[in-house]
Amino acid sequence: MSTAVPRLPDHQLSALAGAYAEAVAAKRRQLYIGLGLFVLAYIVAGIVAEVRPTTFFTNLWRFTDYIGRIFTLEQGAAAGRFVLFDVVEWMWGFDKWMKLLWETLLIAYVGTLIGAIGGFAFSFLSARNLTPNSTIGFLAKRWLEFFRTVPEIVFALIFVVAFGLGPVPGVLAIALHTFGALGKQFAEVAENIDMKPVDGLTATGATWSECMRFAVVPQVLSNYASYALLRFEVNVRGAAVMGFVGAGGIGQDLVEAIRKFYYSDVSAILVLIIATVMVIDLATERLRHHLIGLDQRS
Amino acid sequence: MTLPATEHPLRLAARADRDGLMQRHPAIFHPSPARRIRAGLVIALLVGLFGYGLVVLEFDGARLVSGIGKLGQFLWFMLPPSTDTWAKFFVYLHALAETVAIAFLGTFTAAILALPVGFLVAKNIVPNVVIHFLSRRIVDTIRGVDELIWALIWVSVVGLGPFAGVLALICSNFGLFSKLFSEAIEAADRKASEGIASSGGGKLHGIRFGILPQVLPIFGSQVLYFFESNTRSATIIGIVGAGGIGLHLAEQIRVLEYQHVSALILMILVTVGIIDQVSTRLRFALIGERAAP
Repeated sequence: MSTAVPRLPDHQLSALAGAYAEAVAAKRRQLYIGLGLFVLAYIVAGIVAEVRPTTFFTNLWRFTDYIGRIFTLEQGAAAGRFVLFDVVEWMWGFDKWMKLLWETLLIAYVGTLIGAIGGFAFSFLSARNLTPNSTIGFLAKRWLEFFRTVPEIVFALIFVVAFGLGPVPGVLAIALHTFGALGKQFAEVAENIDMKPVDGLTATGATWSECMRFAVVPQVLSNYASYALLRFEVNVRGAAVMGFVGAGGIGQDLVEAIRKFYYSDVSAILVLIIATVMVIDLATERLRHHLIGLDQRS
Repeated sequence: MTLPATEHPLRLAARADRDGLMQRHPAIFHPSPARRIRAGLVIALLVGLFGYGLVVLEFDGARLVSGIGKLGQFLWFMLPPSTDTWAKFFVYLHALAETVAIAFLGTFTAAILALPVGFLVAKNIVPNVVIHFLSRRIVDTIRGVDELIWALIWVSVVGLGPFAGVLALICSNFGLFSKLFSEAIEAADRKASEGIASSGGGKLHGIRFGILPQVLPIFGSQVLYFFESNTRSATIIGIVGAGGIGLHLAEQIRVLEYQHVSALILMILVTVGIIDQVSTRLRFALIGERAAP
């Protein structure tokens, strides 16, 4: 089957082709200007950040060397060989590190839970459709924004001075940051609910808190739990580096191993952290799918 | 609580028909014991683990109270935010510029590097199971290492300074962008590339004219979104010596100069706010206001 495409007469065609070429040229010009600006910004940023490509390439062997070195045993019968030749020697501190990892997980868990409770309460105050009045809503939003924007490690630095070294400042720092982050995500969920049950309850004379309890919470709970689990996952990574500033967990041992050049320890701890993070990722993903499934069935 | 004298007719009607309502919706008035027990167990587990965590992590009331007291003192000392001298302010401003530069270079270099890798990791471009699995695991591993850890490693390779920070951000974002890009490519509409294949185009033509125009705006939007979050990350990698304002922040906290600390935090908040605004504008311009997450 063949169809003939009707061809416009040349004088009409040339006008259209000209307009097309011009439109394409305009777009190209815009693209080149954008690219030029980008390259300029890139170069300026490179100068400000003291990028030294030559140092980088002359030192690149150090990086590969470093990676090779952390996977080489330093002591024991298999010294100088790949770590897997003597796993017992490589993982000599396994019990200690697992204990610290467990502490890390607990820091993340307790921090997430405290933050989630705060975020839960504030989500109803700050959600645009539920807020009891607009001033409270505005204040709650700014409050959450502040806690979300300040990185948790900055809170941890300050809390370490106030509460002393140990896991307590780590938990509180994670709790505060989680409070801000989850408060916002929860509020977004709450802004997307079906308002009919709320209207129905208001019509029967229910108070604000009764409305929240019986009309809003049943709709949002599974989504809230899903976001809280996701945040827990993020917080496990965050808790792993809390030890860098003395706020508990496995980070303390990692930073010591890196700073004091205990090469094989670095890789051992990194492998344990990555494995833990992956296990947590998989577990929370399954739980979340389960939760979302529950929501869709009911 | 006293009820108002005139009750809403809807409420009266509901109360009059209470028995009928209970009969028609037994699941709401009397949830099944199995459900109640399950909910109770979940709550007991959550609370139990919480209590256990508090004990293991050595929470105790006296320490908390004294710590909160100290925090209140710090807050008092923090006001008003001040850097004492203008010279100090310009030092901080320079560090802030460094931070933004680190975030910019880290984000966009990682994006450029991740672009080809994203195509390699995508299942519909390279349909080889082994390559797909291996590349995914490698990308996940790179992503699993926090940028602070990358910063520490790069500091021991290229020395202290912002350059180590740039490299750290490139590493952690490279993993992230490879994953995000490959997901966007896998979700791309195949009709365009099929049309190109049917009119005689090769596989590369299909990618260039069929997939790239669809995914580039999404990539741009994602990269801009993470530029803002990377500015925040770039403020903290200075804590381990990788340049930027974090170095000053950690130092001022350690020497208890609280007015400087609050000034620094304020400067960071303002910068992050500005970058957030700018990147949101650019994202809307790229993909339209409604589609932006």
